Amino acid sequence: MTEVSVVKEDVAATGDLVVLKNVNKHFGALHVLQDIDLTIARGEVVVVIGPSGSGKSTLCRTINRLETIDGGTITIDGRPLPQEGKELARLRADVGMVFQSFNLFAHKTVLENVMLGQLKVRKADRKQAQEKARALLDRVGVGTQADKYPAQLSGGQQQRVAIARALAMDPKVMLFDEPTSALDPEMINEVLEVMQQLARDGMTMIVVTHEMGFARSAANRVVFMADGRIVEQATPDQFFSNPASDRAKDFLSKILHH
Amino acid sequence: MPSTYATHPEAREIVFDFLQGYDVLGAFWTTVKLTVFSAVGSLVWGTLLAAMRVSPVPLMRGFGTAYVNIVRNIPLTVIVIFTSLGLADIFGVTLGASDFKVQGFRLAVLGLTAYTAAFVCEALRSGINTVPVGQAEAARAIGLNFSQTLRLIVLPQAFRAVIGPLANVLIALTKNTTVAAAISVAEAAALMKTMIENEAQTVAVGAVFAFGFVVLTLPTGLFLGWLAKRLAVKR
Repeated sequence: MTEVSVVKEDVAATGDLVVLKNVNKHFGALHVLQDIDLTIARGEVVVVIGPSGSGKSTLCRTINRLETIDGGTITIDGRPLPQEGKELARLRADVGMVFQSFNLFAHKTVLENVMLGQLKVRKADRKQAQEKARALLDRVGVGTQADKYPAQLSGGQQQRVAIARALAMDPKVMLFDEPTSALDPEMINEVLEVMQQLARDGMTMIVVTHEMGFARSAANRVVFMADGRIVEQATPDQFFSNPASDRAKDFLSKILHH
Repeated sequence: MPSTYATHPEAREIVFDFLQGYDVLGAFWTTVKLTVFSAVGSLVWGTLLAAMRVSPVPLMRGFGTAYVNIVRNIPLTVIVIFTSLGLADIFGVTLGASDFKVQGFRLAVLGLTAYTAAFVCEALRSGINTVPVGQAEAARAIGLNFSQTLRLIVLPQAFRAVIGPLANVLIALTKNTTVAAAISVAEAAALMKTMIENEAQTVAVGAVFAFGFVVLTLPTGLFLGWLAKRLAVKR
């Protein structure tokens, strides 16, 4: 294993890594998150699915406080989510995030994108940061693009760089906010394959997605959300073959039968 | 066709004899120095103001907004005269200068900086608005704090987006340095006034100074326009 491996020695160790208790959030009059209780264990891959506007992206973004919450608590690795400031920045460094629109730093090269957090947050040595960045870029299959700017890459390549940028911080957990929704169909698989590999390596992942194939093959658990609530949680097999709630049955019937 | 000056060298002396005895280049050098010092000062102060205006601290936002709205709405002449009659004469601010000439120069730079910074701030703030929100979110998501996010991610992209508007501000500043004449700084406009009083060829004097300013500002505009294209952030 190389030094950039994300295999955790404590993969086998149990324990709750991310715990949401009674989380509530409003956007004006809209109650986007209603009494959310969700626990994610170390090494677990949880896929959050549901119709548009069900609050799944918001849920994902509350976990590193890109969205604030109105009520309830979120703890990561036993520590409650800090308010703004140094503590929050430190926590965010431990929580990797991959966005729908990639959000690579447009004025920096691919390599610089992956090095920046290591240099400025982890205060790593430049040479080591560069080695690690190159190794991670190789791992996600874009090593040859290191010196290009994000705009010169395809969407799939950009998203893989974004994954490498998040991994460079050695995160405890990775959040994926609809990582393939902005991609052309033929580029979706290259990103999903990287995510599959991460899941196999034991990374704790929370993935908001519409990719049911990924949910089936990589998830330990599927969380189904609708109208700001968690309606149902089950293993992928159970959820897709025998959903418990009418809302989930309705949702699945609309997306699966063609 | 041979030029008149080549065949009759004395013609040059006759046509331009109104320039004799005046240090036109020296006066324009003072203009250049006023411009450069004020440009650097207003870039720094304007950037700080812009940072305040987008900061999460309400007090700083309030200060930035108040400063810009007050200062950009006061005529530059009033500000520059205030630095001399107000700051220097009443409050005794001399900016470490020992003689009157140096003091006037420094006060003029202070006034020009205070005024121009308001415009730099607003240009920069519009540049910050061109940077997609996702850029700052991604920066925060890898653990950068507010000032790192601003310094490393948002401002570098914002600056590249507003090189054009900043070139406008710089050209305006170059011409605005003429206001320093109001507090007796010996820059180009002050010398022009003296020469118009003493010489008969007033139109020629005006033309020489107009030409001098075009020589200063035209290359600035062309160079920064080229730079803006070169440094544009591709998205």
